[in-house]
Amino acid sequence: MNNVVAPVPHGVTDPMVSHPVLIRRIIWENDDTFTLTLDMGDWAGPFRFKPGQFNMVYVFGVGEAAISISSDPHKTNLLDHTIHRVGTVTTALAQKKRGDVIGLRGPYGSSWPIDAATGKDVCIVSGGIGLAPLRPVVYSLARQRDLYKRIIVLYGGRSPLDLLYRVELEKWANENGIETLVTVDRGDTSWKGHIGVVTGLFNYIKLDARETVVFVCGPEIMMRYTVDELGRRGVPPDQVFLSMERNMKCAVGFCGHCQFGPTFICKEGPVYPLPKIRPLMERKEL
Amino acid sequence: MHTEDLTTILQQHPFLAGFIDEHMKTLIGCASNVRFAEGSTIIREGEIANTFFLIRSGRVALEIDVPGRGAIRVQTAGPGEVLGWSWLISPYRWHFTAVAVVETRAIALDGECLRNKCESDAGFGYDLLLRLAEVMESRLEATRLQLLDMYGLSAPEVRA
Amino acid sequence: MDVLTLEGLASLLSTLRSRGFTLIGPTVRDGAIVLDEIASTDDLPRGWKDEQEPGAYGLEKRGDDALFGYVVSQHTWKRYLYPPRTCLFSATKAGKSFDVHPTNGTSPAPYAFIGVRSCDLHAMGLLDRVFSTGPYADPGYVDRRTNAFIVAVQCTEPAGTCFCSSMNTGPRAKEGFDVALTEMIDGGEHLFLAEGGTERGRTLLASLSPRPAEKDEVRRAEGLFEKAEPLFARRMPSGRIRVMAEEAFDHARWDDIARRCLSCANCTLVCPTCFCSTVEETTDLTGTHAERWRRWDSCFTTEFTKVAGGNIRMSTRTRYRQWITHKLVHWVDQFGDPGCVGCGRCITWCPARIDITEEARAFLEPTVTSTNTQGG
Repeated sequence: MNNVVAPVPHGVTDPMVSHPVLIRRIIWENDDTFTLTLDMGDWAGPFRFKPGQFNMVYVFGVGEAAISISSDPHKTNLLDHTIHRVGTVTTALAQKKRGDVIGLRGPYGSSWPIDAATGKDVCIVSGGIGLAPLRPVVYSLARQRDLYKRIIVLYGGRSPLDLLYRVELEKWANENGIETLVTVDRGDTSWKGHIGVVTGLFNYIKLDARETVVFVCGPEIMMRYTVDELGRRGVPPDQVFLSMERNMKCAVGFCGHCQFGPTFICKEGPVYPLPKIRPLMERKEL
Repeated sequence: MHTEDLTTILQQHPFLAGFIDEHMKTLIGCASNVRFAEGSTIIREGEIANTFFLIRSGRVALEIDVPGRGAIRVQTAGPGEVLGWSWLISPYRWHFTAVAVVETRAIALDGECLRNKCESDAGFGYDLLLRLAEVMESRLEATRLQLLDMYGLSAPEVRA
Repeated sequence: MDVLTLEGLASLLSTLRSRGFTLIGPTVRDGAIVLDEIASTDDLPRGWKDEQEPGAYGLEKRGDDALFGYVVSQHTWKRYLYPPRTCLFSATKAGKSFDVHPTNGTSPAPYAFIGVRSCDLHAMGLLDRVFSTGPYADPGYVDRRTNAFIVAVQCTEPAGTCFCSSMNTGPRAKEGFDVALTEMIDGGEHLFLAEGGTERGRTLLASLSPRPAEKDEVRRAEGLFEKAEPLFARRMPSGRIRVMAEEAFDHARWDDIARRCLSCANCTLVCPTCFCSTVEETTDLTGTHAERWRRWDSCFTTEFTKVAGGNIRMSTRTRYRQWITHKLVHWVDQFGDPGCVGCGRCITWCPARIDITEEARAFLEPTVTSTNTQGG
């Protein structure tokens, strides 16, 4: 090693500075998940994001959390973030009211390669809150419906009351020619839909394996067995994309927390093609 | 229903994909076509188990009655899938209740008939049981994953 | 090459001070040579030498008056370029909203680093790749780094734990400095061979009117490097070190290390290239003023990999594995070179005497590379 490098001057915008945005609307999706709609104000013009990207959401006096953007990439005046109340920051966000101000910086990360799906079938496999970073994909696909053949959304949740975006799921099915199949881990007698693991839904859709691009997001174990099932059904691995998650503090490749083997999930991820990420997923406690 | 029509239906059911003609002829003697109206009970927990169902259309939910919580549905089976294997294992009693969530059509295979055919024709029995074993493996895998409750808040096994 | 006398060196320092630089250099304190603000050559560790072995550090008298007769201590230059605690921004409540005041920008008076070793020069270059050459840059780091004046010192006596030679990061400093000095203290004369590495370095040297070095002096300096090479007590082995991150990912050796490693994080604190940090929020009692602080973190902490379901790396075993595989393997994937510069600090300051070169060697053993035995 003999290349000591002098620093490259940068037009130094500080990537760690948060920008205030207004909470325009709060929807509780289930007991511990809520969607914040943020008014981007002046920032709406310059702000652009791609499906799969995330923001660092800041609560004054509490801290930040990495949250996927779950709204339509075409509409940047209002941004949705669906949040699982699971820690200090997300609990603080859960206590916010309409009109409150939180901070935002982003967007960060890689995005779902929607272009790879042109002319093909697209299958979205999601579990739990994993549907949130995939919802922008569905909006984008629906916007140019003719570019794709079949669009299939498979969604698994804990129980009927835990399902996200129920109204939209129906809307997609009815208005955009999107095949939506929903399953839950268990239900009561009022639930007339499927019950079982999300991969069980493949039995009902007759996938054209070689012609399908698949986007998968959910708990890591769910993604693992989904990937196994896709392999059993003959979907080429380079047509499968996953969204990974790790602890994030900075989102810009400085803090080291989100490393997953050689990759920084905030930089090369969170969306990865399966061949790149598969060997890493098989290593325990990586 | 004519035997020829039944045979065609059976040949198209994924559970019997690749079933040889000879075994299909053995099987057809146990088969009949059935239909369940929406909401009707197909199987009742505790009752004698004597039917193996190949579902053609509709959806069946497996229920377990939990005192204080009511009937909890833990699995559904749909077109191309199967229902029930307690007909195979003594004392031949159902361990759960199954309800037609929507109108459901199926082929019902008589349990005792199947058991007798398995006894007398080992090749047939092996083929049938191998397919059944695959279904059980797939169900067990799914059940274990459902057991993990992975969409829940945090790891329940380590909650303080 | 020029020659500076002791007085010349003193002038170098005072000139830098008069130009507004804050001098940071080595000085003796609490039985160690630490980095601190210095005023003149009087503050330098004259006549001291460091004895370094795995898990052991001590100072000894040299018997001469060398100003730079030691190598590195537990302090690294990263504490000045990338401080242990930095306020990123402060925020003040303004009605329902809040005003944000970025604070990680221009820094105090520029630093002049006195006595930087080759290993540490390379370490700075590596940190540059993290903080200033990617799609995002840290403005505070870029500002301090761009303005820092670097007076390097050539290492001619490796310490017990040094292995820069096998990492191609020393002992000779070739670039990345403004001025480089080679101390020569034999034959009754105390001289410093000096070379400028940048325009401003050459200009500053010229302003001191040094005499040019004689051929003999240059030759003697070269001789010092030749004498140094065999003195290295350890080497990073060559070979496919990547095996520790791939085929040997679950090897029993990790359990062996886990029995020794205390997860104390010393290695990450003394390493000149470890850059992991965390970000924390503080508020005042009234709740109207908040600050966002970045502070050094370590992958050895239990909560480093905390996600909703728990901690991904749950044991010392896997956290040590993360540290060494990142340093020796994944740094290459991420930034093009290993993150290790062979300074030996992690070996010296590990209370369990774990030696990174020895662990790397263990993974290159044929029994490891040919079979992948499952760990306990």
